[in-house]
Amino acid sequence: MLRLIARRLAIGVLVALTVMTLAFLLTRLSGDLAISIAGPSATQADVEIVRKAYGLDRPLYVQFFAWTGRAMVGDFGQSYFFKDSVANLIQKRLPITLTLGLVGLSLALVISIPLGILAALRENTWIDRSVTLFTMVGQAVPSFWLALILMIVLGLQLGVLPISGTGTWQHFVMPGIVLAFTAIPALTRLTRSGMIEAMASDYIRTARAKGLSRARIIFKHALRNAAIPVVSIAAVQLGFMLGGSIVIETVFALHGVGYLGWESIAKNDFPVVQAVVLVLAVFYIGLTLLADILNALLDPRLRTG
Amino acid sequence: MSEPIAIQAPQPSSTGSSRIGTAGFAIGIAIVALVAVAAVIGNALVPQDPFTQDLGNRLKPPFWMEGTQAGHLLGTDQLGRDYLARLVYGARISLLIGIMTVITSGLIGITLGVLGGFFGGRVDDVVLFAITTRLSIPVVLVALAVVGLMGSGLGLVVATLGLLLWDRFAVVARATTMQVRNHDYVSAAWCAGASTSHILIREILPNIASHLAVVATLEMALAILLEAALSFLGLGVPPPLPSWGLMIAEGKDYMFFSPWVIMIPGVALAVLVLGINLVGDGLRNLLGAERLR
Repeated sequence: MLRLIARRLAIGVLVALTVMTLAFLLTRLSGDLAISIAGPSATQADVEIVRKAYGLDRPLYVQFFAWTGRAMVGDFGQSYFFKDSVANLIQKRLPITLTLGLVGLSLALVISIPLGILAALRENTWIDRSVTLFTMVGQAVPSFWLALILMIVLGLQLGVLPISGTGTWQHFVMPGIVLAFTAIPALTRLTRSGMIEAMASDYIRTARAKGLSRARIIFKHALRNAAIPVVSIAAVQLGFMLGGSIVIETVFALHGVGYLGWESIAKNDFPVVQAVVLVLAVFYIGLTLLADILNALLDPRLRTG
Repeated sequence: MSEPIAIQAPQPSSTGSSRIGTAGFAIGIAIVALVAVAAVIGNALVPQDPFTQDLGNRLKPPFWMEGTQAGHLLGTDQLGRDYLARLVYGARISLLIGIMTVITSGLIGITLGVLGGFFGGRVDDVVLFAITTRLSIPVVLVALAVVGLMGSGLGLVVATLGLLLWDRFAVVARATTMQVRNHDYVSAAWCAGASTSHILIREILPNIASHLAVVATLEMALAILLEAALSFLGLGVPPPLPSWGLMIAEGKDYMFFSPWVIMIPGVALAVLVLGINLVGDGLRNLLGAERLR
């Protein structure tokens, strides 16, 4: 078990370092950063001043190692636009994105697990087909468009929720629903297939033969086994959701890390872009590691590394 | 050793086949065919031009509402451009981006997956590492950053999405290659003195192609949705090209008074993606049935 975790951890660190390199190279794609920072009205002399001031006159590898070295200890440099350190900015914005992610995931689980169980128990009936159709439609609807529709219906016509902004808990409801919607199809299908597999297994037949009640069989025996992949996928899904929340945060003007990423891309604020890519990647890596550990804890067969 | 969970994550649906039946397959094919026809010859059938502005006729509603304008079946946008003409032109953009992205990402992913699955060992370790790294990269953010830094354009969007969406191709190509590499016909080819490249291209690839076709539909749907999201955020297809995502973005300011400006392109997008997914689902069921036989 420990060996398994150590191995996964080592791979995770290597992946994080690779992402770090890619994030650095990504922001150098535009060619001359000094020109984009100085702006369109800058003279050649201004550009040279910017180049010196931001250390962009140094060779690329020196810049890279200077950045990685400081990033390791949580120093991502200064934002060009916000006049604040990148670490501070992210620290301020992260709780909002994490709250949104957890709201979205909880909503998704509350909806998709019962739906998946229902579909599995009524396999190949109209109920099962409706659930499948619902997941397919859910997969097809663009999240930003769903967000706009909710704004029109809940925000304008019913007037029950604020249309955009950050501040109260109400501001998290609509973005949470939209984010949940992006995870519901996958989680529902997974619960359904896990449940169908579990209900067809030998231990359920044994439980039936023992004369246990249907409710006890479903919730005590089958669900426990069907839940294993769902729990671990839920952790991975949260990682995806944190990365995907950029669109939703931007639509709702919810000032989380995703919105920060969007703002800094629009403003050529590349230290922030680098850091946001890295932070979201590290969260994903950490969550997949957590998923592996959860998996091993829930299913003893996976404990040998 | 168990598989790293991250590798399995993006395709939970493959474990449980969702049965929507052959009717779904037929509907999916019909939708995709309809959109494809609209994309290819639509603008020849619609008399209006998608780019011509008519500021006197702004935001005219579609035919099922009051105050509609003759000659503009789906109304006009905020610059008086014919909405049907723009919608049809947008179908071309969506399909083009979907297909081009799948070709690019398919080439990358299938190459990596087949190599990893076939050779195993160190090669496979590298491939697995590449997949794990790719999965940890936040796609939307990186795509936005690339387009934001390098300037928007159709080709750039395709290149960016192609470089980002190869993970599922690699995962499936790797897994299926591992399954078929020990089959008798591969051994027979070895014995007949076939070269490695011959075996990979002539023996392995045709036998995993059907699984890859299912992945292609999923990735195409995803690419179309992502392009729409990028264009919606203003960092995808540049105006005045009528991408459906861009149409939603442009209509956003008027949506509270004229909701149809975002309803029409949004529904078009959802229906096309649903159609592609239904085709993928149908293909998967065909495969499942084949395996049972």
